[in-house]
Amino acid sequence: MYLYVLQFSFLRIMSKRKAKEAHLPIGECIDQVHLILRKRFCHQQLPDKLEGVEAQHKHLVELLKRTAVHGESNSVLIVGPRGAGKTTLLRSVLRELSEVTEVQKNLLQVHLNGLLQTDDRIALKEITRQLHLENVVGDRVFGSFAENLAFLLDALKKGDRSSSRPVLFVLDEFDLFAHHKNQTLLYNLFDVSQSAQAPIAVVGLTCRLDVLELLEKRVKSRFSHRQIHLLSSLTFPQYVARVQTQLSLPDDFPDGKFVREWNAAVATLCEDKSVEDVLRRHFNSSKDFRSLHMLLMLCLSRVSVAKPVITPADLLDASRSCLADAQANMLHGLSILELCLIIAMKHLNDVYEGEPFNLQMVHNEFKKFLQRKSNSMYNFEQPVIMKAFEHLQQLELIQPADSSSAKTQREYQLMRLMLDHSQIMEALQKYPQCPTDLKQWATSAFA
Amino acid sequence: MKYLTRLRVRRTYEWRGEAVGFNRKLKTLEFRSLAIGGEGVPQTAVSSGQHILIEGEDHDNPFVARVERLFEDESGRQKKATVQWFVRVSEVPPSKLKLLGREPHPQEIFFYDGRSCDDEVDVESILRPVEVRHLDADAPFPAPEDGGPLYVKFCWDSRTFRPLDPSLFESAPPRPPQPSLPLGAPGPAHAATPTSRGPGRRALPTPDPAVLRRAASGDVHLSRTAASAGKPAESAHSLTKLSVSKSLSARRTGTQLGVRKKLQLCDAAPTGSQDGPNVPSGAEPMVALTDDVLDQLLESTGSLARRLASPPRTASLAHSLTPLRRTDGGRGPGSSSRTSTSRAQEASQDSPTDPVGAAPRSSKRRSALKVSSRIRQQLNLLDVREDLSSDPDEEDEFVPSKKELQSSEEEEEEEDDEGVVVKKNRSSSSAGSGSPSSKRNRSSARTPRKTPRKVGPRTPRHATPSIPNRAQPTRRPANVLEEARTRLHVSSVPESLPCREQEFQDIYSFVESKILDGTGGCMYISGVPGTGKTATVHEVMRCLQHAAAADEIPAFLFVEINGMKMTDPHQAYVQILQKLTGQKATADHAAALLEKRFSSPALRKETTVLLVDELDLLWTRKQNVMYNLFDWPTRRHARLVVLTIANTMDLPERIMINRVASRLGLTRMSFQPYTFKQLQQIITSRLNKVKAFEEDALQLVSRKVAALSGDARRCLDICRRATEICEHSAADPSAAGLVGMVHVMEALNEMFSSAYITAIKCASTQEQLFLRAVIAEFRRLGLEEATFQQVLVQHQALCRVEGLQPVSVSEGLAVCRRLGACRLLLLEPSRLGVLQRIRLNVSQDDVLFALKAD
Repeated sequence: MYLYVLQFSFLRIMSKRKAKEAHLPIGECIDQVHLILRKRFCHQQLPDKLEGVEAQHKHLVELLKRTAVHGESNSVLIVGPRGAGKTTLLRSVLRELSEVTEVQKNLLQVHLNGLLQTDDRIALKEITRQLHLENVVGDRVFGSFAENLAFLLDALKKGDRSSSRPVLFVLDEFDLFAHHKNQTLLYNLFDVSQSAQAPIAVVGLTCRLDVLELLEKRVKSRFSHRQIHLLSSLTFPQYVARVQTQLSLPDDFPDGKFVREWNAAVATLCEDKSVEDVLRRHFNSSKDFRSLHMLLMLCLSRVSVAKPVITPADLLDASRSCLADAQANMLHGLSILELCLIIAMKHLNDVYEGEPFNLQMVHNEFKKFLQRKSNSMYNFEQPVIMKAFEHLQQLELIQPADSSSAKTQREYQLMRLMLDHSQIMEALQKYPQCPTDLKQWATSAFA
Repeated sequence: MKYLTRLRVRRTYEWRGEAVGFNRKLKTLEFRSLAIGGEGVPQTAVSSGQHILIEGEDHDNPFVARVERLFEDESGRQKKATVQWFVRVSEVPPSKLKLLGREPHPQEIFFYDGRSCDDEVDVESILRPVEVRHLDADAPFPAPEDGGPLYVKFCWDSRTFRPLDPSLFESAPPRPPQPSLPLGAPGPAHAATPTSRGPGRRALPTPDPAVLRRAASGDVHLSRTAASAGKPAESAHSLTKLSVSKSLSARRTGTQLGVRKKLQLCDAAPTGSQDGPNVPSGAEPMVALTDDVLDQLLESTGSLARRLASPPRTASLAHSLTPLRRTDGGRGPGSSSRTSTSRAQEASQDSPTDPVGAAPRSSKRRSALKVSSRIRQQLNLLDVREDLSSDPDEEDEFVPSKKELQSSEEEEEEEDDEGVVVKKNRSSSSAGSGSPSSKRNRSSARTPRKTPRKVGPRTPRHATPSIPNRAQPTRRPANVLEEARTRLHVSSVPESLPCREQEFQDIYSFVESKILDGTGGCMYISGVPGTGKTATVHEVMRCLQHAAAADEIPAFLFVEINGMKMTDPHQAYVQILQKLTGQKATADHAAALLEKRFSSPALRKETTVLLVDELDLLWTRKQNVMYNLFDWPTRRHARLVVLTIANTMDLPERIMINRVASRLGLTRMSFQPYTFKQLQQIITSRLNKVKAFEEDALQLVSRKVAALSGDARRCLDICRRATEICEHSAADPSAAGLVGMVHVMEALNEMFSSAYITAIKCASTQEQLFLRAVIAEFRRLGLEEATFQQVLVQHQALCRVEGLQPVSVSEGLAVCRRLGACRLLLLEPSRLGVLQRIRLNVSQDDVLFALKAD
């Protein structure tokens, strides 16, 4: 981050100096491209305008505006799958509201996250800190849990609709707050929002569709039951258009010629057939933008001075590494013995229909394979096999079947294979210099 | 609190002399005098007409009263006294104190002329006699002094101060003197005081035993007639007094002059020959007395300050429901008749007041001063302005200056707040500082003994909880819809609570009767959320407070706690105590204090109404919190009414152990969910003629909500949302018409429809395929559960059917986890990988429906 800033300021100076020429060396252009696109992909820079969620946007803006301007208490949940743009929606709404002076001067904001504020005690301290109430000194909040709760409730109770500043509570990962003891925090927040106290707006963000069922009935009754669902009904052409806008450079880029070239290259890229196939595969898999950004980021990292455009091949490579199966890749690094054990386990799974096995059973299966072979190329001592077996366990390719494993000897401990057959077969195909008899044995136990 | 052990000594209480009368109706034996003795306590006697201190919750300021009657109940176990109360300055609410129009004298008390106090006390609570003098309204106060007499000027009837009619003050037989001081104010009880047994007593006029006997018999006789009149105890009592005093005054006319002379003689000779033997024994209690009073001054703790600062209870004015008030039949007239009789009786009496007779003499004073100054030095508590080592004979030194009092108060308050024992390093230089600012500095420089406090930012102890005020004012609602929205918000307090009239009436009469009777009780209110339980109770309290303000019922305290608004069930004690007295304490300490408050007799107090919301949250394993809450009202002196609210009707049976449930009793009430008509009425009354909704639309909302839950909050929220939709749907916000069926339908859909089907429709292709694969696998297995591995096989097959590239394992797992995060699927922990089991969180039909609709 710091480097970026440095780089950026440096580039600013450079660009100012050469502003008249409107033509930068290719290296600087590439740096600029990286800077702009990385901000989009990694730093979740807000787009100028959200697409496809206009109705939700309007609903939320109106709601929060009423709290800020009229002092009306509200509560709302924003529900949508991961990567659907819940936080982006909220941020863009807050950005829009901050342009209204009436809101900007009045609204207090409290941001909480269910993953950070794991219980009400921490959440209360955080609220008090962010509100700068009077029991905060510096950055520390004083008082016990009970005192803090009483203090906050008193503070909110003293306020009234017309005179005190409205407070916006944003609860990220709202469902995790519902797991706090007695749901005290939620009850109190919703209770304040339903009584004539200081005006507050409670905005919860969650990806769980069943979030209301998590609420206790008295908490649920106090919630206003407003839900904003963010479910994208994105079509494939829109998806491709989105990819194009994400990759395109803005018009205020210092070098006009480079921008035209780059944008034209992006346009042709998106029309490419193979690129379309790749994108469609991703689109079919998921519509969220985080995985798309990941894909585009991998493409961007291949752009350099020597190759100042994104080619379809880059996208294909990126897609391949995105979709690669991590466990199957792990199999490539195993020794022949370990691979043999995996194959033996596969056969055991076939025979016993997924029942757990132990080392002795695997060893027996392996011995059967060896007996059919005349050469003793794979003849290993028992301790060596044991060692290989433990290595597989450390890689978590196999896991103990039950947790109470401490009592049994290691040879007889029941294990399960964590791999699918297709993964094993695929790995064998790609394994460098895999012995043919092994491949044969893998396809059939009696080969 | 530290001196509690010092003050608490075992006392013994015994009657002096024979019973003077027997009240057959009440089955009480009446006595003239009571002896108080005990180790470390000087033997004193109390007789009727004498002023006494009565133990209260505040050890430093015991209650002041005048004994009117001493009696014992038939069983002979309980010794009782009827008293006339006096009010200390600290007991008068500070706001009312302003009515006085001047600074109250520290030793000023007021004659209490109210009727919200029980005037019957246990004699065990009597501490000792005290001297009380009456002053004219415009007479100046003598300089305040420790242990000196208390002064009465005014009469306080919990609303106004009136100049005290001297005859009222002297209503009792002439006040007997301090026990240590032998002087002869004639009084019927005088013969029983220890000093009266001195050799020279014959000279003093003592009531003729014959007269007394006659009076006693008259008492019995009169009480019988009085009992039929309806107010047996008081009227009988006052009539007794009347007859006794009448006969006395008749006798006295002859000896009047002589008595006066004798009295003056007594005064002139301070330690006269006639009470010579009494001097040593008399000096002792005097010293003890001053000692005690000194302690009081030293200890004038934060609790006193808090009592002074406790906000006056004001009743709100919202009052629309007029409850059927229980006519309080004999009460009002009874009390008034009592006062009138006592007035008449007082008028007939012409006893001389002799405050001089009780004046302390300088020799005793001096010894007392010596002792007290020594105590003070030892205690080393007070920041003294004056140098204490100066001649203790100078009486002026001893008078506590205002500043001194203040500083001690402040100190104590701070200590209480911190809850740590603080060692004060006092130096002569610090002793000179008296201003509040220097106090603050000093307090931060103190060194704590137990827990070393970090130097740095200190806990802001006196932080006031508040949200900053807004910079710009709120906008007023601009059009009809906005107006309607404001009115429909759950928070807006309605003018009245429609549809809960019966419940309101029941609760009102329950609480009112308890307040009127001065008894206690419990009530359990149940009902599903949003049926107006808390709102109704609040409404009842508003009405009762209004009634109390209008003097229809005695004043009462209302305390509210909520099980959800505390972090731990035991915090209930802390919150109750804080709301009752403003004290802060730990849970255990608070429990002990409350226990004492509610169980100790002789507390001259108002009824407390306690509302416990969300009762089920106060459940603990031993259930001691609930037990205490329900046990206190059953105490004789508690005067506590507990209203409890919870959601489930059978809560007492379900979670309470027998002894708790039994104490809760059977006074139960259950709030039924609202019917659609009631909901409609609620909305209409809230809108209050603001025309924003079509009739049909309202009916649709109320029918829908009534069918689902009967939750009024839900109903109001839907209506509010409908106004928003209506506003948005209109092209021009100002031209938006009425909220119609369309808007209400849309709002209902938004709030009641589940998002599962839309979510499935909007899912990506692979996610939809995976759901289909899950269903296919369930059908194949005939179970509602499958492992990921099994589903994946189906999934890959489906991919091939659909002409898509089959997914890899990790891709499939990602799809599965995304569905799991939305809770369309229920998953086992993800570390199980391909072996994790999958369940559907939606019905199979819903999934198929959503997928088919594509």
